[in-house]
Amino acid sequence: MPREPGQPIAAPPAGARSLHRFANPGRFLRMTGRLMPWLWALALGVTAWGTAWALGFAPADWQQGETVRIMYVHVPMAWLAMGGYFGLGILSIMSLIWRHPLADLAARELSPVGAAVTALCLATGSLWGKPMWGTWWVWDARLTSVLVLFFLWLGHAALVRAFDEADRGARAGAILALVGLVNLPIVKFSVDWWNTLHQPASVTRLDAPGMHVDMLYPLLVCALGFSLLFGAVVLARTRSAVMERRIRALETARARRADMNAQAG
Amino acid sequence: MTRKRRRLWILLLCAIGVGSATALTLTAFQDNIVFFRSPSDIVAERPAPERSFRLGGLVEAGSVEREQAAAGDRPTIRFRVTDGANTIPVTYQGVLPDLFREGQGVVTAGRFGLDGMFRATEVLARHDETYMPPEVADALKRAGHWQPEQGTPPPAATWNTLQPAAGQPTRTGGSGT
Repeated sequence: MPREPGQPIAAPPAGARSLHRFANPGRFLRMTGRLMPWLWALALGVTAWGTAWALGFAPADWQQGETVRIMYVHVPMAWLAMGGYFGLGILSIMSLIWRHPLADLAARELSPVGAAVTALCLATGSLWGKPMWGTWWVWDARLTSVLVLFFLWLGHAALVRAFDEADRGARAGAILALVGLVNLPIVKFSVDWWNTLHQPASVTRLDAPGMHVDMLYPLLVCALGFSLLFGAVVLARTRSAVMERRIRALETARARRADMNAQAG
Repeated sequence: MTRKRRRLWILLLCAIGVGSATALTLTAFQDNIVFFRSPSDIVAERPAPERSFRLGGLVEAGSVEREQAAAGDRPTIRFRVTDGANTIPVTYQGVLPDLFREGQGVVTAGRFGLDGMFRATEVLARHDETYMPPEVADALKRAGHWQPEQGTPPPAATWNTLQPAAGQPTRTGGSGT
């Protein structure tokens, strides 16, 4: 079709079409943009409050002594590792069934944070295990299943980045995440189903928590603080990923237009 | 059927498949997944003397004997591991974890000697799910609600002060707030 030089092409270029797909993420950016400062402030505030309470003021344990303070980091990290993975499962379902582009991006940005949290859980547990159990590591059902959870996080993070086409990477990652979901009940109930060296749950059990309130309350504040921090980090990463995509789409569109003009001229 | 609905059904079917496959596998390997066996398991099915395994339970109250060792040698410790119903005598030469005491959960690895004693090559302490400040533990012991050597503490609802009840040991200082 003959076209005047310099006149913009009628059909939207590929970059603009993928930009159109992020119309909804645009609203996401605007909404979270207003939320982020508050979320950061709240997360840092609650985390500071919780850690100060837990490390400075909470009592020592009658037989673990000061070592019990590792629990204030270990337990929230374990909850986040599992809760975060549940979130990854939901994002993967949204991605596979509704092909929600924002879910793809959020899942991609969530998994490195989840891997970091799980690594912290394993490391703090190991540090606690040496003085208390007498060993850094055993292959019991709880420890092994959490190690598998860590590999699932890492595998997801690696898999979604291993494809040249982002869409195919997201789909492969979503399938991996959903298959890995069977590991979650295994992690949670491993201590009830089998004999393990790891102790059963203290807080989330049907009867009263096996923990004195002087330790329980700082633990819950720590868990809330770390969860808010986790959410803030993941949201910030997702926001920057959305912005990165937008910038790339705009630049591709501009480059294509310049190319077209150059050819036409 | 829309494409979304079809994808939903495929996903559900896959979930059922993966879930039941995992459940079957775990049930099949049940015996290998347990980290240790209790004295009752051992009494029911006694392993051969040359076979090593892990034995777990509570250190029986009043059963710990420390033998004075020759200079330079590590002391030998004898104790009995119990699960309430059955008891197995254990001997161990080496360093015990800090948490080791009578009434504490332990996991020992080793094998049976010809004399019927379990010769442990490794002793790990097993922490239970109770966390309490020293003052609360002391109050429970003083009030006669709990002897740590006898095993597990009383129900947590009586001491965790979520719902302080009259006549129960309540918090005795050391409050964290």
